[in-house]
Amino acid sequence: MIEFELNGQSVTSSSVEDTPLLWVIRDELKLKGTKFGCGIAMCGACTVHIDGAATRSCVIPLRRVAGRSVTTIEGLATDAGKALQQAWVEEQVPQCGYCQSGQIMQAAGLLQSNANPTDAEITSTMNGNLCRCMAYTRIRKAIKTAAGGEGA
Amino acid sequence: MAMRADKVQGAVSRRTFLAGSAGASLIMGLGVVLPGCSREEVAEDIAADAASRSFAPTVWFEIDSDGGVLINIAKAEMGQHVGTALARVIADELGADWDAVRIKHVDSDPKWGYMVTGGSWSVFTTFKLLSQVGAAGRTILRDAGAALLGADPADCTVEDGSVTANGEGVTFAQIVRRGDISRTFSEEELAALPIKPAAERRLIGKPAQALDIPAKSDGEAMYGIDAELPGMVYAHPLIPPTRYGSTIRSIDDTAAKDIRGYQQTLALSDPSEVLQGWAIVIAEDYPSAMQAAAAVVVDWEPGPAAEVSEADIVGEGARLAADKSSGVLFVDDGDVAAALGDAANTHSATYTTSTALHFTLEPANALVEFVDGKCHIHSGNQWQSLILPVLAKSLGMEETDIVIHQYYLGGGYGRRLFGDPMIPAALAARELGKPVKLVFQRPEDSRFDCVRSASVQQFDAAVDADGQLTGIEHAAAAGWPTLALAPGFMPDAVDGNGKYDQFSISGSDHWYTLPNHRVRAINNDLAQRTFLPGWLRSVGPGWIGWGVESFMDELAAMLGEDPIEFRLARLDAAGKNAGKAPESVGGASRLAAVLRDVRERSGWGAELPDGEGMGVAVSHGQERTMPTWTACVAHVAVDQEAKTVTLKKLWQTIDCGTVVHPDGAMAQAEGATLWGVSLALHEGTSFENGQVADRNLDSYLPLRLADVPELDIKFMPSTEFPTGMGEPPHIAVPPAIGNAVYAASGIRVRDLPIRI
Repeated sequence: MIEFELNGQSVTSSSVEDTPLLWVIRDELKLKGTKFGCGIAMCGACTVHIDGAATRSCVIPLRRVAGRSVTTIEGLATDAGKALQQAWVEEQVPQCGYCQSGQIMQAAGLLQSNANPTDAEITSTMNGNLCRCMAYTRIRKAIKTAAGGEGA
Repeated sequence: MAMRADKVQGAVSRRTFLAGSAGASLIMGLGVVLPGCSREEVAEDIAADAASRSFAPTVWFEIDSDGGVLINIAKAEMGQHVGTALARVIADELGADWDAVRIKHVDSDPKWGYMVTGGSWSVFTTFKLLSQVGAAGRTILRDAGAALLGADPADCTVEDGSVTANGEGVTFAQIVRRGDISRTFSEEELAALPIKPAAERRLIGKPAQALDIPAKSDGEAMYGIDAELPGMVYAHPLIPPTRYGSTIRSIDDTAAKDIRGYQQTLALSDPSEVLQGWAIVIAEDYPSAMQAAAAVVVDWEPGPAAEVSEADIVGEGARLAADKSSGVLFVDDGDVAAALGDAANTHSATYTTSTALHFTLEPANALVEFVDGKCHIHSGNQWQSLILPVLAKSLGMEETDIVIHQYYLGGGYGRRLFGDPMIPAALAARELGKPVKLVFQRPEDSRFDCVRSASVQQFDAAVDADGQLTGIEHAAAAGWPTLALAPGFMPDAVDGNGKYDQFSISGSDHWYTLPNHRVRAINNDLAQRTFLPGWLRSVGPGWIGWGVESFMDELAAMLGEDPIEFRLARLDAAGKNAGKAPESVGGASRLAAVLRDVRERSGWGAELPDGEGMGVAVSHGQERTMPTWTACVAHVAVDQEAKTVTLKKLWQTIDCGTVVHPDGAMAQAEGATLWGVSLALHEGTSFENGQVADRNLDSYLPLRLADVPELDIKFMPSTEFPTGMGEPPHIAVPPAIGNAVYAASGIRVRDLPIRI
């Protein structure tokens, strides 16, 4: 049994310790906003925060989050996170939407540590998140909108 | 010749519009009264909420007693915000308050008639009907409102969910609450109803937010992979070494038995023969299923294509394209043989594209449950009417006993036109007597993909003694998705020598006026035997445009003409290129117009630094009968020592007629344009030993944020009939980039993806 905090609530998982965190979140704890894409940490659809840092949950074994704090798209409550979700609607970012939980979690991690990222910083942080619909220009724009809104 | 919209919709019977009070709502629909039923029975069934017994609607919506308008959408939502666009067409004509409009994506109940979402058809094939239906609803609400107001219907206006006359008004909610509405319109009556002039539209062409976006920004959106049922078990596929002809010699699951949660491995027997040599692992949770799948050892007798390579497939395509007796004729204008025979000069070139994956980010999946003799399938799908008969054969059931429940699609791009991942889940669920949730991991998703076939195109041009282009012979060879999956849709060739896949040749019938033009459509039989070809976003034109527009550039260069002037001289809208109402009014002159526009906006002809260049290409979209006119200019920098191509900027000008949902259309244009970039410069795989070699993102490399060039996309203002938008802006991009590489470096690239 592994205990950790999920979106501010204490939870216990009965999965085996090397189960990828993604499946614990999705299938055992029933939060479906975090997505399965490639399974090798190269698409970013499964991105969550572990102690505030954006992390690929498809390759993190459950034991690694024992006693730690995990945040998913459903629990994203930081000011930057809220600003990003609003900007995602304002800029009409999602197409199929499947990657967008991961995009937002990745961007929230960026804004958490860097309130006004440059284009180059956005590119280097977001380049690991694949958008198969290729809504990339809007993803960049929405991050800037969210950052600008926060700074104002 | 294109697949015709009316054939797609399967609309052979006459349609009726009906409106009836049912409970606390007013229901409106357009559809076919089923054989043996009367309009009166339909009205009774609506009141009893049982309309499916007697009525097959293609459009169906209801207004509740609070004035809320719920519009059913039979099209799949896969990122194109289709429900928003279609609902706005109805709501505009209806005079509805947009804030009161909601949409619902429906299941595959046979009452919905023919169901397909693809081909960039959704707005094009439904715009007129939805407009008429909205107008019929408005007429009924206006008349009912006029009666309540004691006014002459002719004095009433219907806007924002109210009927008003002489300064007084009643809301839709008030009209609905009065009940007792029952009216029908015949198809003729419907056609005679007035449609709003473009100047009076309040929703079509106006800014709007897509209805599906909020749920896609907070994790709430439900995709097929998110569906669960009580008591379900998880399944993972064991995919045979070849798509066809593999058989299982033995299965050894000894090593899997130590894995907690592993239950069993099933060999599947599929009467539809879509699955050949398949097995699946069953476990109580998905991580166990993944682990067990890696531990189970299956010994297969591979099928005959087990050693086929990409080079074999392309080689066969090249052999066929060069053999003038192969294939069937798709275009046969003038006398190409004579033009080539009489030519003072000829020019030939061969173009290829490599195998490409759909790589929908949501992997293939399906959840299936049998309840009371019915098979319920939970899975996002684009073409329910294609997979239902296949499922019926696999399961030995009636199609009407199989229901596909729709979800958001985590990417479609044509992959989910064929719902074959439903088959193993359904076979296993029936065998086990419990719900089965099958999820593919990425490598299995790629191996089971219906890929875009590798292609080979050969061009031979004739030039006379005056340096005039007199004719082009064009041959295009590829695996044909429509032959494999929907052969009944294939049209007859113009030479009567057989049928062809219109989705593997469309685009070669371009809008340039050529005195002599011949096109052969050729099935690459080796491709067909090796894998299941699929329809990938932009389909035939997505790779045919690469050859057509690159070769036009070669000819312009050979004749010393400016590539844009060379094209404009042939876009004269003469003869068959004049266009016709409503879908191609203006014909080639509209293609010339977008080309002139992009020339001006891109600063075409300006001096550029060494190693940089601009290239141009045009496209008419998916089909001549549904032209979306696009012109693209690409600006690249080529470093010949480092062997790199850097795409600096793309300009596109697009004319798709009326734009229903402008921001949604722009999003599609941005996405499709970048798909063009990705397939031109980044993506591609190859067959090795009968399977795709690149199966995950470690070696399959779609475009990323860092690769995105500057984009400048413009829509031509238009009130002409709306055509398609999901795919067309992709088509001109790869050849524009290739032509820019030539302008920058003198290197003529003829193979996609581009490598210098």
